[in-house]
Amino acid sequence: MPAVSKGDGMRGLAVFISDIRNCKSKEAEIKRINKELANIRSKFKGDKALDGYSKKKYVCKLLFIFLLGHDIDFGHMEAVNLLSSNKYTEKQIGYLFISVLVNSNSELIRLINNAIKNDLASRNPTFMCLALHCIANVGSREMGEAFAADIPRILVAGDSMDSVKQSAALCLLRLYKASPDLVPMGEWTARVVHLLNDQHMGVVTAAVSLITCLCKKNPDDFKTCISLAVSRLSRIVSSASTDLQDYTYYFVPAPWLSVKLLRLLQCYPPPEDAAVKGRLVECLETVLNKAQEPPKSKKVQHSNAKNAILFETISLIIHYDSEPNLLVRACNQLGQFLQHRETNLRYLALESMCTLASSEFSHEAVKTHIDTVINALKTERDVSVRQRAADLLYAMCDRSNAKQIVSEMLRYLETADYAIREEIVLKVAILAEKYAVDYSWYVDTILNLIRIAGDYVSEEVWYRVLQIVTNRDDVQGYAAKTVFEALQAPACHENMVKVGGYILGEFGNLIAGDPRSSPPVQFSLLHSKFHLCSVATRALLLSTYIKFINLFPETKATIQGVLRAGSQLRNADVELQQRAVEYLTLSSVASTDVLATVLEEMPPFPERESSILAKLKRKKGPGAGSALDDGRRDPSSNDINGGVEPTPSTVSTPSPSADLLGLRAAPPPAAPPAPSGAGNLLVDVFSDGPAAQPGLGPSAEEAFLSELEPPAPESPMALLADPAPAADPGPEDIGPPIPEADELLNKFVCKNNGVLFENQLLQIGVKSEFRQNLGRMYLFYGNKTSVQFQNFSPTVVHPGDLQTQLAVQTKRVAAQVDGGAQVQQVLNIECLRDFLTPPLLSVRFRYGGAPQSLTLKLPVTINKFFQPTEMAAQDFFQRWKQLSLPQQEAQKIFKANHPMDAEVTKAKLLGFGSALLDNVDPNPENFVGAGIIQTKALQVGCLLRLEPNAQAQMYRLTLRTSKEPVSRHLCELLAQQF
Amino acid sequence: MQFMLLFSRQGKLRLQKWYVPLSDKEKKKITRELVQTVLARKPKMCSFLEWRDLKIVYKRYASLYFCCAIEDQDNELITLEIIHRYVELLDKYFGSVCELDIIFNFEKAYFILDEFLLGGEVQETSKKNVLKAIEQADLLQESQNEEWGGLSEDIL
Repeated sequence: MPAVSKGDGMRGLAVFISDIRNCKSKEAEIKRINKELANIRSKFKGDKALDGYSKKKYVCKLLFIFLLGHDIDFGHMEAVNLLSSNKYTEKQIGYLFISVLVNSNSELIRLINNAIKNDLASRNPTFMCLALHCIANVGSREMGEAFAADIPRILVAGDSMDSVKQSAALCLLRLYKASPDLVPMGEWTARVVHLLNDQHMGVVTAAVSLITCLCKKNPDDFKTCISLAVSRLSRIVSSASTDLQDYTYYFVPAPWLSVKLLRLLQCYPPPEDAAVKGRLVECLETVLNKAQEPPKSKKVQHSNAKNAILFETISLIIHYDSEPNLLVRACNQLGQFLQHRETNLRYLALESMCTLASSEFSHEAVKTHIDTVINALKTERDVSVRQRAADLLYAMCDRSNAKQIVSEMLRYLETADYAIREEIVLKVAILAEKYAVDYSWYVDTILNLIRIAGDYVSEEVWYRVLQIVTNRDDVQGYAAKTVFEALQAPACHENMVKVGGYILGEFGNLIAGDPRSSPPVQFSLLHSKFHLCSVATRALLLSTYIKFINLFPETKATIQGVLRAGSQLRNADVELQQRAVEYLTLSSVASTDVLATVLEEMPPFPERESSILAKLKRKKGPGAGSALDDGRRDPSSNDINGGVEPTPSTVSTPSPSADLLGLRAAPPPAAPPAPSGAGNLLVDVFSDGPAAQPGLGPSAEEAFLSELEPPAPESPMALLADPAPAADPGPEDIGPPIPEADELLNKFVCKNNGVLFENQLLQIGVKSEFRQNLGRMYLFYGNKTSVQFQNFSPTVVHPGDLQTQLAVQTKRVAAQVDGGAQVQQVLNIECLRDFLTPPLLSVRFRYGGAPQSLTLKLPVTINKFFQPTEMAAQDFFQRWKQLSLPQQEAQKIFKANHPMDAEVTKAKLLGFGSALLDNVDPNPENFVGAGIIQTKALQVGCLLRLEPNAQAQMYRLTLRTSKEPVSRHLCELLAQQF
Repeated sequence: MQFMLLFSRQGKLRLQKWYVPLSDKEKKKITRELVQTVLARKPKMCSFLEWRDLKIVYKRYASLYFCCAIEDQDNELITLEIIHRYVELLDKYFGSVCELDIIFNFEKAYFILDEFLLGGEVQETSKKNVLKAIEQADLLQESQNEEWGGLSEDIL
């Protein structure tokens, strides 16, 4: 093809591009672009009508500028004009611009859709393909609405050209992925399946992708595709390398189509029909056989294409998991690749073997490669390959090789890349726990982890070892002895001090008989680390000390001396100071009995999914724990792992420290609230422990108890007189909320009084006030007619779990409401814990004999229980930083729905409930707020920031709270208000 | 496939194709992150890496990196050959393609890609068929240029 025909259309464009390339600096480039933009703008605005060619050229320039990373805010109209040009290249550039720079500007979408419609109807295949490409590239819901019904028709029409069918199939796929509800299933689906038989390989290639996607949601409707796919695959696999002409790629017949067919088959179980299954097994065997044949070409493309089919074949074999013979052959094949000189193949073999390891048929075969895999872990130069090797070792681990694998992984950890250390630590911890035969090995392993990679040992890991030691009395003595020895090291990791401190505080008595580890020795060893540790660890050690006073009365005087020291009692850190004061007082005033009760050994922890396993899953996504989840090949392992009987745990007082503890809900305090100053309260609130009270207990326990729910409230609120229990008709008895219920609810997020609902018959007004976690609401029901309402009964319903989150008591109202009269209903509300859905108000009555019913959302949202909190900028930022976990933050960027007025915004934020803090944000246009959500079980500290952008008419709203669902929920509620 | 990026050794983005809806901001962020990650890798390293919950498949041709993001169940090796086939198509069309061809004729690079991949799936693997579609368009273009009688006035 002569080079002269390329891109020759637009010399001005080429000149512009070389100008840009010649720019020496970013500034020069921007200057040149601005000049160009001004030029194009003037051309577009000028009096002289532009011809199609110039329009095309300028639109193309704008596109180039956009692709350089600059914003483009005009030219859309000109691009749309190009769509209706009857010159192919103008149309083509128009479509390209639209595909790259779609704008949901509704006016334009209508015009674009119009142009597409014309092209689809043009019966010119080139134009039809352009239109289909555009729909597939944009894939928006608006386009789906406009075209999803037409495209199936084009796809199966007898007279559609092959190229049109191909584009239609993939266009439909994209629309189906974006909005499945818009694509109507129907008679066409059967005909789509038969495209698998099409003579044109390109049509088959496109159609398989569509069918694969459709059959995932409607497997039964597409079942016939199995036999068609098998026969197509069989024909390809058995064809000679040249049979398929242009569809042969480096001597491999139709590799893309083969891979897609094998993927399609993975949507279904093995074929039921024996003949089909036999034919398929033959195909799979042929692929495995071909892998052993000498290559037909030395090119990497040949081997890649061939192996792509091989790996997909192995995936299908693993998916079926029913042919032991094939599984073992697959495993042997992968075993060969483990030592291949191509890094890519080694990587994929390791990855694929991971899934083979979880099949009972191939698990043993995978295990035979353990030495190769360990070697890969040690010698691979590419970290991503080493990572795969570590994954495979984890997957192939069982009781028989656990000690070897764990020790290899520990050794690897010493030199492992920083990026994967934490994951290796988690894996070692899980394997050690899962396959521990004796728990002393487990304890040793975890302590080794801390020694080797202390910085990467997350809280979950060391919490877990404490959990297990607490629950198994056969290992407690050993654990105490081992940590005691580990703490002798001159420099030991702080996590070791934490584990050591906790274990000695609980079980130090078990080694106290040995003079080398007598109580005073234990204490002075721990205390020698004290000053080097962080506040969190020091707080934990103080708890250990008070436990020592209980365990070893002989240490009382020494420890009281330490607690009394000025450095503790007047410590600048509130938490440490508080603990020192309280523990000192406790040790002085409490009798031995009381002390023994308060500081009793921790009860066993209730068994649930290992918190570290959960963490690994979070890190790796689903499937990460597959080897462990898969209990079938090693049923006995469950006994060991889950050997701890679930025990109801008594609740001990949690610590109020924010940093020490997981940021999760904790049980309510057992002790009655002690008065505490506002400043103190704030510190506590930003952990999301229960309403914070001075605590006593050891601090590490809280995370373990984290998933315990507070007991359901039994007693109604004492403050309220004459409570009539809300008669819950149960959600199934009442209708769904009226369509506008959400909108009505939104009106009350930032205000407490107003008209909640009104129609021709009835008006419902609301007046409410909230304080702390309590609220009172008056509902006024006005009969707007002149006829009496009968059987008038408004009730409050708690959908879902709301019952345990919010208590609402109503008083009954008169069953008759006279025409023109108004009745009042009082609701007493108590927020027990954070909640997301509001209660429902169901109103039923008879009007002129006809039953009326209506369900609304009661305007009680979590923000009603906000208490504004004033604080200085410095405090604000400190807390802001403390809440920096990604899940603690929720952010929304949204368009302003109302005029952007600072005073109105201020009023809304105050109505929302938070305090507004001046002089915090350096930008005076922004709003910053803080407050505490008060519930009975816990308090949630909330910080918010709202950044208006008047020019773009947009807002950005950021919420940070100590509880993830609360952040998100508040963010959603508030974002609707502007 | 979720997206394909072409960028130079200096980290300049030469072509971007997104098959999932993302905001411009998110696209820029992803691009920045991935360009950095891929450029930091050494020559002999493997062509696949895990990134977020996607798999990245990349290959370098002269000064250009071709980088695809695919989903968990997608096949890495066949994706590598998708890249290669695209390079072959460009090469055949431009006649031993180089980075400059793609810079100056970026629209053509997009058109060729659309014929080959649509909605993130392979549409047509036959080199002949893909190039036939593009050639037809070029013929149409040439005849139209003649109508316009040369390009002399076309400077800006």
